Amino acid sequence: MRRLLWLLPTLFGVAVCVFVLMRVVPGDPVALMAGPGASVEDIERIRAQHGLDRPLAVQFAHWLTGIARGDWGDSLSLGRPVLSLIGAHLPATLELVLVALLPACGGALCVALLLTHIRGAAVRAPAQLALNIAQGVPDFLWALLLMLALGVWLPLLPVSGRSDPALASDFETSFHLLEALWRLDLHATTDLLRHLLLPATSLALPFGALLARVLTVKLREAMAQQYVLSARALGLSRMTVMRRVALRNAWVPALAFGGTQLVFLLGGTVLIEQVYGFPGVGRLAMEAVARRDLPLVQGLVLTFSLLFLLVRWAVDLLLLWVDPRMRITA
Amino acid sequence: MVIDSAAFLIGARYMSFLHRRGFLKAGAACALSAPFFGVSGRVEVASKTLVIAYHTPLPGLDPARSPQSANPTVQSIYKALYDPYIDQNPNLSFKPGILTKWAWQLHKSRIALTIRRGALWHDGKPVTADDLAWSLVRAADPASGNPMQFAFGKMAHFQLRGDTVTVELKEFEPAMLKWLAFLTAYILPEQAFTAAGKDWDNQAIGSGPYRLDKFERNGFIRLKRFDKYWGPKPAFETVIYKFVPDPVTRVAEIESGSADITLEVPYEVYDRLRRKPGLAGVSTPVSDLGIIFLSNKGVMRDSNVRKAAAHAIDKKTLVQKVLSGYGVPVDTLQAPQYAAYDPTIKVPYDPALARQLLAASGFSPENPAKLIIQTTRGYKPKDFEMISAIVGMWRKVGIEAEVEVYDIAHHFQLLLKGELAPAAFYNWGNAIGDPSTSTGAAMLGPFAAWKSDDAERRVAALTLEQDEARRIAGYKAVDRYFAQQAYVIPLLQYVQPIVHKKHLKVTPFVAGGIVAQAVK
Repeated sequence: MRRLLWLLPTLFGVAVCVFVLMRVVPGDPVALMAGPGASVEDIERIRAQHGLDRPLAVQFAHWLTGIARGDWGDSLSLGRPVLSLIGAHLPATLELVLVALLPACGGALCVALLLTHIRGAAVRAPAQLALNIAQGVPDFLWALLLMLALGVWLPLLPVSGRSDPALASDFETSFHLLEALWRLDLHATTDLLRHLLLPATSLALPFGALLARVLTVKLREAMAQQYVLSARALGLSRMTVMRRVALRNAWVPALAFGGTQLVFLLGGTVLIEQVYGFPGVGRLAMEAVARRDLPLVQGLVLTFSLLFLLVRWAVDLLLLWVDPRMRITA
Repeated sequence: MVIDSAAFLIGARYMSFLHRRGFLKAGAACALSAPFFGVSGRVEVASKTLVIAYHTPLPGLDPARSPQSANPTVQSIYKALYDPYIDQNPNLSFKPGILTKWAWQLHKSRIALTIRRGALWHDGKPVTADDLAWSLVRAADPASGNPMQFAFGKMAHFQLRGDTVTVELKEFEPAMLKWLAFLTAYILPEQAFTAAGKDWDNQAIGSGPYRLDKFERNGFIRLKRFDKYWGPKPAFETVIYKFVPDPVTRVAEIESGSADITLEVPYEVYDRLRRKPGLAGVSTPVSDLGIIFLSNKGVMRDSNVRKAAAHAIDKKTLVQKVLSGYGVPVDTLQAPQYAAYDPTIKVPYDPALARQLLAASGFSPENPAKLIIQTTRGYKPKDFEMISAIVGMWRKVGIEAEVEVYDIAHHFQLLLKGELAPAAFYNWGNAIGDPSTSTGAAMLGPFAAWKSDDAERRVAALTLEQDEARRIAGYKAVDRYFAQQAYVIPLLQYVQPIVHKKHLKVTPFVAGGIVAQAVK
C-alpha cells in the first residue's frame, strides 16, 4: 500500500524529468514538421497550433492537467492521440515480454536444477560456458544471430512483424495472442507464436541466463542447509529434496532479483522491436525520439515508468505472498 | 474471490472443450505445431500476391493529415490506394491522374482543374467534382493538419462549374500545379471520409487501383485489386506492404523468400543479392541529393576557401569508392531529371586550383583553414563515411575540418536558428522537379543556410516570374552563379537499390519507393 502511495509522486517526478529533458535535448520538432518550403509565418503558426509558443511552465501545466483528464495530447508527427497510439502498441510489447518471460523462467529453473544436481565437471563446465555466452551476448546481437540462423540459413521462422499479413483473422482487441488463445483459434495462435519466437528468445536468453545463475547459487546454498540434510536422512532422493525442499527457499531471492531485472527486459524491447519490425511501443518510442515528437515521447516514458512501478509492486506482493517471513518484516 | 471465479469460468470453458473434442483438438494442435519449424506459415497466399518489405511505415491512411504523411517515401503506398490529382511517370514527368486537364488562368492568379468522368470510389459510388472541391478546400485549411500548407495554403476561393473546379490563389505560386502531383495531393471521398471520422484507418476508401483490405500501424497494409479502376489493371490481386525499418531485416526478408521485393538495402549487400540465383536488382537515381550546405560564417566568408572546398572534392571517386558506384555526381541543386537542370554547369575536381585559391588567402596544408563540418550518421547511405573521405580530400589541399555528428531534428533546429556549422551535410528531395523546391527553397527563406543579399535577390526575383521559360532559364543562371561563388556544394544524386525475385518486372520511379501497380 505504501508503495502504491509513492506511485503518484514518482510519476510526477518522471513527468517533470522527461518534460524538461525533451526540451533540453537539441532538435526542434516544429522545424522538422514545417519542412524546407515553409515560411517564417508557417513555422510560427505550427508552433502556436501545438501550444509550443507558450512558456514552459504553462505547457507543463497544460500537459499535466490533460493527463489527469485522460487527454495525453496528440502526436506531433503522426497527428493522432497519444493515448490511442500507446493503447494500440502496448499490448504487442506486453505479449512479447510475457512470451519471453515464460521460457526464460522455465529454462532458468531447469538449468539451475541440472547444475545443482549434476556434480561432474564434464557437464557443468559446458553448461557454465553456455550460460556465459547466453548472458554475455546482448539481446540485439542474439536477435541478429537468431534471425540469420532460423530466418535465413534455415528459413523456419518469420523474421519480422507480429503476424502473417496474409492471415485472415481479425482481432477485436490489441491483445492478439491472448484473444486468439481465448477464441481457441489455433491457426492464429500458431502464427502469432511463430512471429514471437525469435524476438522473445532474443530477449529471454540473457535474462534467463542471469536468472539461472542466481537460482543455481541460491539452490546450492539451500542444499547445504541443515534441513536439507535432515530430509536426505529421511531417505528422500537428492532430486526430490532439491525440488520439494531446497527450491522453495531458493526461489524467493531469485524472484526478488528477477523482478528487478524484469524492467530491463521491458527496456530491451526497444531494440528488439526495431530489429524484428515488431509493432510495439519500443518501436514507437524509437520513431518518436528521432522526430522529437514531444507529446508521444512524454507519454511513452510515463507509460514505461508506470509499467516499471507496477511490475516492482507486483513482485513485492508476490514475495509477501510466497515468503511469510517478509510479511513479518514488512 | 474474483480471481477464483474467473479461474472457474476459464477452467469450465476449457474443460468442457476438452471433454467434447479433447483428442481431436490435441491431434490438431500437434499437426499445427508443424508450421513452427516446417513449411511457410502463410494461411492462404495466392500466387497473385505481391509482398513488399518496405522501409518506412505508413503513419495512417489519411494522406493529408500529419507531417509524416508528407514523407516522400510513403507516397508510393498512398498512390496505390488513392488517385493523385495529377500523376507522374517513372521519370517525374506529369500525366493525368484523377484530373484530366489542369491549367493556369487569369495571369496565373487562378487554376482550373477538370475531373475525370467515370472514375469510381472503392464503394462503387462515382467520384465527383464536389469531392475534388472538398479535397482541395480541406488541403487549404490549416486546421486540417495538412503539412503542405506552404503550398496549398495559397488556395483561396473555390468555384465549381460542371466537371471543373477553379481555384483562385492568394498569391502566385509557380509550382502550384506541380504540387498537385505529390505529397498529400490525393482526392478523398467527402461523404465516406466524414462518416468514418476517427475510424478512417479501418474504413479508408479511395479511387486508386487498390482498395484497403487491412491496415495495422507499424505492421503492414494489405490491399486488394480494385476491379473497377478507371486505369490499367494491376497485375497482382493482393499487395502487402510489410513495414520493416531495419535494413538487415529487410535483407533477411528477401533472402528467406518471405518478401518478393525490398529496397534501401546497403549497396554492397545489394550487389551480393542481385547476383544470387532467383533474385535480381534494379537501381535508379532518385529525386534526392546529398549536399554540403555552406553558411556565411568563419572561413566560409572567404570565397577562395569556399571555391577551394568545392574544387577539392573528387565526387566521382566518392561515388565509386564509398557508394560502390551507386550515385550520380552533381554540380548544382538540380538533378538531371529536374526542369532546370543544366549539364553545362560544372565544378571540376581540381586540387591544384584548390591549393592555389587557398594560397591566395594565406592557407596551405601546413597552415590550414579550419572549420567544423556537421553530418548525419546512418541517416543516408554512407553519409558519415563520405564526409570523412571529404575531410581527407580537404586536408590534402589545406582545409582542416572537424566532423560533428548530428541528427535530422538537430539539423533543422540549427538551420532555422541560423546556427549551422560553416559546412553541414544533409540531403534535399524534390520529386516535383521544380527549381523553386530545390534552389528556391534551399537558398531563400528560413531554411536557407547561406544568407546573402545577392543570393536572396536573385532567387526572390524568380519567385515572381510568371513566364515559365524565363523562370527556368533564370534558375539555370542562378545555379551557375551559385556554382561560381560556391555558396553550396552539391555532391551527388542518390540511387535507390531495389531487390526483387527474378520473375518480377519492377519499374523504378525517380520519385522513389515501390509503386505496386507498376510491378508485373
